[in-house]
Amino acid sequence: MIRLHDISGGDIAGAISSERHRMGSPTTGMVLTLLIMSNESHQADATQSAVDSAREHPMRILTMVPRPGGDADVIDADIAVGGDDGPGEVAVVRLRGARATHANSVVIPLLLPDTPIVAWWPAHAPESVAKDPIGLHAQRRITDTAMADDPREELLIRARNYIPGDTDLAWTRLTPWRTVLAAMLDRHVSPVESAQIGVGKNNPSGVLLASWLKLCLNVEVTLSDSAGPGITDVVMTTAEGDLSLSRIDGAVASLSAPGVPDSTVALARRSSAELLAEELRRLTPDAVYGRTLAGVENVPATNGD
Amino acid sequence: MANPLRDPADLRLPRVAGPSAVVLFGVTGDLARKKIMPAIYDLANRGLLPPGFAIVGFARREWADEDFAQEVHDAVRSHARTPFREEVWQQLSQGIRFVAGDLNDPSAFDRLKHTLHEVDRARGTLGNHAFYLSIPPGLFPIVIKQIKESGLAQRPEHGWRRVVIEKPFGQDLRSAQELDSVLSEVFSPDEIFRIDHYLGKETVQNILAVRFANEMFEPLWNSNYIDNVQITQAEDIGIGGRAGYYDGIGAARDVIQNHLLQLMALTAMEEPLNFDPEHVRQEKEKLLASVQVPADIGAHTARGQYSPGWQGGVPVCGYLEEEGIPADSQTETFAAIRLMIDNRRWAGVPFYLRTGKRLGRRVTEVAVIFKKAPHLPFGRDFVMDSADNALVFRIQPDEGMTLRFGSKVPGSAAMEVRDVTMDFQYGDSFVDASPEAYERLILDVLLGDPPLFPGEQEVDLSWRILDPILAQWTEQGQPPGYASGGWGPSEAYAMIARDGRIWRRP
Repeated sequence: MIRLHDISGGDIAGAISSERHRMGSPTTGMVLTLLIMSNESHQADATQSAVDSAREHPMRILTMVPRPGGDADVIDADIAVGGDDGPGEVAVVRLRGARATHANSVVIPLLLPDTPIVAWWPAHAPESVAKDPIGLHAQRRITDTAMADDPREELLIRARNYIPGDTDLAWTRLTPWRTVLAAMLDRHVSPVESAQIGVGKNNPSGVLLASWLKLCLNVEVTLSDSAGPGITDVVMTTAEGDLSLSRIDGAVASLSAPGVPDSTVALARRSSAELLAEELRRLTPDAVYGRTLAGVENVPATNGD
Repeated sequence: MANPLRDPADLRLPRVAGPSAVVLFGVTGDLARKKIMPAIYDLANRGLLPPGFAIVGFARREWADEDFAQEVHDAVRSHARTPFREEVWQQLSQGIRFVAGDLNDPSAFDRLKHTLHEVDRARGTLGNHAFYLSIPPGLFPIVIKQIKESGLAQRPEHGWRRVVIEKPFGQDLRSAQELDSVLSEVFSPDEIFRIDHYLGKETVQNILAVRFANEMFEPLWNSNYIDNVQITQAEDIGIGGRAGYYDGIGAARDVIQNHLLQLMALTAMEEPLNFDPEHVRQEKEKLLASVQVPADIGAHTARGQYSPGWQGGVPVCGYLEEEGIPADSQTETFAAIRLMIDNRRWAGVPFYLRTGKRLGRRVTEVAVIFKKAPHLPFGRDFVMDSADNALVFRIQPDEGMTLRFGSKVPGSAAMEVRDVTMDFQYGDSFVDASPEAYERLILDVLLGDPPLFPGEQEVDLSWRILDPILAQWTEQGQPPGYASGGWGPSEAYAMIARDGRIWRRP
């Protein structure tokens, strides 16, 4: 890792490039630039997750950490290129003092030419990520409503400001659940009459799942609090009987449905790196997320709220 | 009724196979242990197998279900691509059954039927059964007959039956047609899946994407710009323990008949109407039908058999010294042929196909080699140290694409041009996204999605190309030897030199 003090965005780009040359591999197959907008307490985990998913998506990772206050108005950067950590390039940039609000001008010379740009707010995100100066660069903008103090309120904020290309990790976390639920309905053709979801407190994924089921099935969906972790059970009621999928340990789910024997299915919670890797697989807008998010306001609160 | 939770716009949800049971014949074979079982586990690990899934092994072993499960477990542990996860294994192992018996014994098939009924009930596989014949082709007729007579092939009202066979699809046109008539007596064409494990669906789609999703290659893709095409599949190993399979079959039947001719068809075919299986197949068939076998087979083909030698610093034996190979075997382990395509796009462009064992390194590639620049305007100080431009589809290892062209050497006083390459590797840009060929193949079988499996007609057309060549080779007797660890016999170099060209070193 190289530590640079009191520099500009152009200097960082130069440092990355000369580091590449020193290693003898001036050209690289980077497929995108990932902009991480973070505070100091989340930057290390977020950067590490990005580095891990760079194994699947070789990319330039730019973590911008505004540090307002203090005496000096300077920009510092820690740079790492290639090596044991994976194929990516990483720069963690601290914007100190008055520079804290100028992340955008630092980022511009660092964007890889002609490749997609993804922006990720691992914790706190602006109300409208698409209209944020950093978000304006990005064709895909990733938030995480699970990190908010009031995730439900946060979902409503995301919904009000939604622009195609926005996405949220609370939605990404649902993919394995949605996959199994859809596979269950591949087998059972009688219509679902209602659905119930049990979910740990303050979990936005439960709300999104409820909205999605409501949207697809056009039935009443109720949410109730459970001990977690995450979503613990989903029951879909049909005339033949209940289709149920429940996971209490965060790893293996048991599945029961009328007319077929009970079985288990692997449904493990995933790391941030895995979630991010899924997000980066497709960079076109996720219309289903958009519709699901718009439906959140129609999802009744849990009995615990 | 359509599943309300499935939406074509929802690209995150993978297509998961429906409830089904795979009946595996030949469970003790290399292929089953190294490829099929690990691929099934990898699919489960990626969440692409349904909760209602079962694997039923059939073999002449005194095994209980647990013994077979242990075999599968060991195979998965040593060969799976994705990490071993206990919870995934638990899910999979609940559906593992074993039926002990002889292929000739009707009562064994009754027991198989009974076991399948049991898993249909206990595991919820709903009567969907795929029969995977991972056994020598000579045994296909008896297995198919038993499947038919035991009533296993009878389709339930809502379920499906499918049969999977591996290449080679026969040994010549006649036996391929016989095999087809055995199969089609019991299964309809859309229930027969012909798998060539050399040719992953990913590879096929990668070639089609480069050709038909871009504007910059297709205008050059014809005899105006292309000088020749060289398609190579080379292995650095010998026949290993496959003497029983390989002897009498040889390189041309093993690799050219399906793999290299399919690669040639994909490289040279016209754009299909759309990507429906039927239309892709039509274009491949058209291309194969316009292939011209050389009139002088002796001059435009070459074959060989590996001799003892050194490979990568290790002494290796010759083909005739391999265990289980008769000392007078005339089977070729290297084959090269030149084919022309009789159509407007390709008239005059030779396609050179070669394959062999114990060659320099393990590689499969399609190299499209362009003509020379018609005029070089550089004058007296010009130094040309550059071969022809080439676009290479690397199939394995390191699947990707290389573009070779000339560039000025920096700083040299003379105008000196040397070859440079631009490289693209799927592994660089999409690391995790490349599933093992078998995973795609098995998933396609379970989904009933046959687009890129070769159809009977393509198999027949391929044999029409190879049969006359093989007939002439048989008359020639013993194939010439070639040193292990090199790039084949001198006959192969002579064959291409006759056309004023050289083989590319892959």
